Amino acid sequence: MYKYYEAGFKSRNLSLKEKFFNINFGYVFCIILLAIIGTVSLYSAANGNWSPWAYKQLVRFCVALGLMFFMALIDVKIYLKYSYIAYFLVLLLLIAVEVGGHVGMGAQRWIDLKVFKLQPSELMKIAMVMALAKYFHGCTLSKIESVRGIVAPILMVLFPAALIVIQPDLGTALMLLFTTMVIFFAVGVQWWKFALLGGAGIVFAPIAWHFLHDYQKNRVLTFLDPERDPLGSGYHIIQSKIALGSGGVFGKGFLNGTQSHLNFLPEKHTDFIFTMFSEEFGMIGGTLLILINLVIIVYGYMFAFRTTSYFGKLVIIGLNTNYFMYIFINIAMVLGLLPVVGIPLPLISYGGTVMLSVMASFGIILCMDVNRHLNLGRSSFDDN
Amino acid sequence: MNRDNDKGKVLLRRTAMVTVAAVFLLFGLIFRLYYLQVYQGDKYKMMADENRISSRVLVPPRGTIYDRNGEVLAANEQNFQALIVAEQTPDLEKTLKRFNQIIPLSADEKEKIKKDIHHNKKFVPVKIKDNLSWEKVSALLLDAPYLPGVFISEGLNRTYPLGEYTTHFLGYVGAVSEADAKDDPLLMVPGFKIGKSGLEKIFEKELRGKAGDVKLEVNAYGRIMKEIERDKGTPGKDLHLTIDSRLQKFAQDAFGDNSGAAVVLDVHSGEILAFVSVPSFDPNLFTTGISHKDWNALLENERHPLTNKAVSGQYSPGSTFKIVVALAALEAGVIDLNTTFTCSGSMPLGNHVFHCWRHWGHGKQNVVEALKNSCDIFFYEVALELGIEKIAAMARQLGMGHKTGISLDNERSGLIPDSEWKMKKYGEKWQQGESVIAGIGQGYVLATPLQLAVMVSRVVNGGYDIKPTFMKLSLKDKGYIKKLPISRKNIDIVKKGMFEVVNGERGTASAARFNLNGIKMGGKTGTTQVRRISMEERKSGIIKDEDLPWRLRNHALFIGYAPQDNPHYAVAVVVEHGSSGSGVAAPIASKILQEALRLDIK
Repeated sequence: MYKYYEAGFKSRNLSLKEKFFNINFGYVFCIILLAIIGTVSLYSAANGNWSPWAYKQLVRFCVALGLMFFMALIDVKIYLKYSYIAYFLVLLLLIAVEVGGHVGMGAQRWIDLKVFKLQPSELMKIAMVMALAKYFHGCTLSKIESVRGIVAPILMVLFPAALIVIQPDLGTALMLLFTTMVIFFAVGVQWWKFALLGGAGIVFAPIAWHFLHDYQKNRVLTFLDPERDPLGSGYHIIQSKIALGSGGVFGKGFLNGTQSHLNFLPEKHTDFIFTMFSEEFGMIGGTLLILINLVIIVYGYMFAFRTTSYFGKLVIIGLNTNYFMYIFINIAMVLGLLPVVGIPLPLISYGGTVMLSVMASFGIILCMDVNRHLNLGRSSFDDN
Repeated sequence: MNRDNDKGKVLLRRTAMVTVAAVFLLFGLIFRLYYLQVYQGDKYKMMADENRISSRVLVPPRGTIYDRNGEVLAANEQNFQALIVAEQTPDLEKTLKRFNQIIPLSADEKEKIKKDIHHNKKFVPVKIKDNLSWEKVSALLLDAPYLPGVFISEGLNRTYPLGEYTTHFLGYVGAVSEADAKDDPLLMVPGFKIGKSGLEKIFEKELRGKAGDVKLEVNAYGRIMKEIERDKGTPGKDLHLTIDSRLQKFAQDAFGDNSGAAVVLDVHSGEILAFVSVPSFDPNLFTTGISHKDWNALLENERHPLTNKAVSGQYSPGSTFKIVVALAALEAGVIDLNTTFTCSGSMPLGNHVFHCWRHWGHGKQNVVEALKNSCDIFFYEVALELGIEKIAAMARQLGMGHKTGISLDNERSGLIPDSEWKMKKYGEKWQQGESVIAGIGQGYVLATPLQLAVMVSRVVNGGYDIKPTFMKLSLKDKGYIKKLPISRKNIDIVKKGMFEVVNGERGTASAARFNLNGIKMGGKTGTTQVRRISMEERKSGIIKDEDLPWRLRNHALFIGYAPQDNPHYAVAVVVEHGSSGSGVAAPIASKILQEALRLDIK
């Protein structure tokens, strides 16, 4: 069952060269542009030094770029074939960190692989999308619209999400839930079911509040009123707003951000890097950074539209939405629109795990787009 | 297949919605960016500057105080401090040990240093020791390689080169206390000193100057990154006083071991040329921090070195007051130059007998003779006829009974009693006997040495209303000095009496007379009882003053002036428990006037 949409393309037998030239280089250009902005920002964050962050980040990006191309050029069928297996492996890893994970940053999130620290929750974001895509790929619309049809995927989501929450990493867990909700929405789960979920959320929110850690409660309360504790947990967000606001339209200039370089701005190389960038490059710089990400995200959804296979579409929508979540939550957080939840700005913030997982996502998205003309069978992988 | 199509269509439709929502949300972020950076930009710019700019006050040098000849009475001296920056010394214990070998530190000092380091950020300099001599500083600098993190800073200390000679009018500076108004940023500067007494306090505003400030860029931990701008401020104004430090030293030394006070005035302007209160103390003790032991010694000394006796010591003026009474009587027409009274040594009034100091009497006396001999009986009679009101009025005209306006701390107003005062104070009528006692400056009458100097000045300058001052008068100021309604003729009579006191045969102060190329002095002695002499004692023979304990002996007073014809200097000397005005106070006054004449103070 192959379909040929455009003359000249033989989806079955795309050569490696054909695949490479099928990669959308506008998309890749935007990604590289972000990495350059990230390197420049980390150079500034270290007061004009390549060490300790900028150089390492650049090297990591080069490695991650290789990974992206690799993920983009491997056989698309492998993704469909191993989706569930990958999901279960990552789930096992999540359980492993719960049992004997390395304690870092006050939370058990890492598995130390000596070369780098593996963060299974990051992997789960990808594996979850793949597994859900495979599941819905094999469903009829009626099944999706039935209650019975969504019980299994809901459990697939809730179990790892619960494991991440107890790590505790509320931010990542919420991101995972938001992304999967978008997938559920995209595949056609009815509006009223979301309304019901929303209603249940309002009812159970006070109970959930009870189970939050004190620092998590503080973050939410501080977000609602930063002045509540201006020297404690409110300090970050107040200083972030001062840094941003004082940047004005054109910014204070590269390496001249007073809030950042005099250390009033905390975490300027990780979660608050957007603040530092906008302090130095002003509204023009900040807007440019958002627009580049907007282009990447719109590209992503565009890829989803033009991909033939349902699996491919859904993988792109899921991973692209996941990327959008990073961007939106991080920037909204430093702009004081969301509580401080510890979500970095991918490719800009310093950090290897997020860089690898995001670049892997881009690779998978590109792979789906490269093979956009290929239709894939519904139930299981079938070469005929 | 149909359902499959539907499935695909639903996905496309829903994905389109998601895309629109994502784009919408990202534009929301851009709008928020606009709101913070443009709409509220100015507000946040201000807050960012508040964060990064720290203002430090620059302390202006305090004004120097000079005497009338330009000699420095109060100055600022470099004060070397040794400081340590904890983060620059790898082993604090070792460094302090090494420091201790050069300059020994007490256990208390060591403890304080460690406490200060503990309480401050690691880059904040902490004081190890201050008031280091230049020798100690050189020794430290020589050892600098073994004292990492130790450095020397210089500040300014107030010093008084003449030490205890100037204490009682200059006062001293000390740390800002809770009670001082905090309207000047300088007062918040740690270690800043302000005038605590004397002229240092009165002219605090002028001497202090205006604070400068330096704007520094600091990071979130308070570390200084760079200087942004600097305003030097205004140094304090210098003061030029009327004091002649040569005369001041001479006068103070003239007291020897005695305690008391002396004031020398220029009789025409009221300028204070010397202002002595002894014993004194070294004000430099206060600027560097006085020890508990020294402070207690000052407090417990029975001669009260902390008291400024020239303005806050109130003494019965005794016979020196006879000048006021004589002038009042002459002005009132109660007596003239030829009026005489006969002194038999005592005068009964009602059921009381008043004695003259000379038990066998002076015989017939006119006013000049009565002044020369200090005859009590003459003045009893005069006071009796004159009444207290007229005596009090003259005394007040001559500057007694109220503050002189010198505005030194704890200046007291003395006391000139009258019937109204007594009614108010005791609810009793004035008694004639009280007028009699007041006639010889005893009883209720009290005066400060400064008031006595003013009184004699106003008499000998021909009745001009001078006011004592430490600040030089301009010609214009001198033009404003009023003439008091006292006749020249009567003043000359009193002056004649004062001249005779010193220069007449057997005048009470004849032993103190001098003749410098024809220049002589005039004056009046006074000896006042500190204790009451009972009837029994009078019968059995009065105990000789020298045999009494010091604190029960009589006070000795002398007021004088020179030259005799065209007076320039007036002096008032009070020697506490000095026994005799003629024997103790007059010689001191005489020496002081001679020195003033010799110096020829302009």
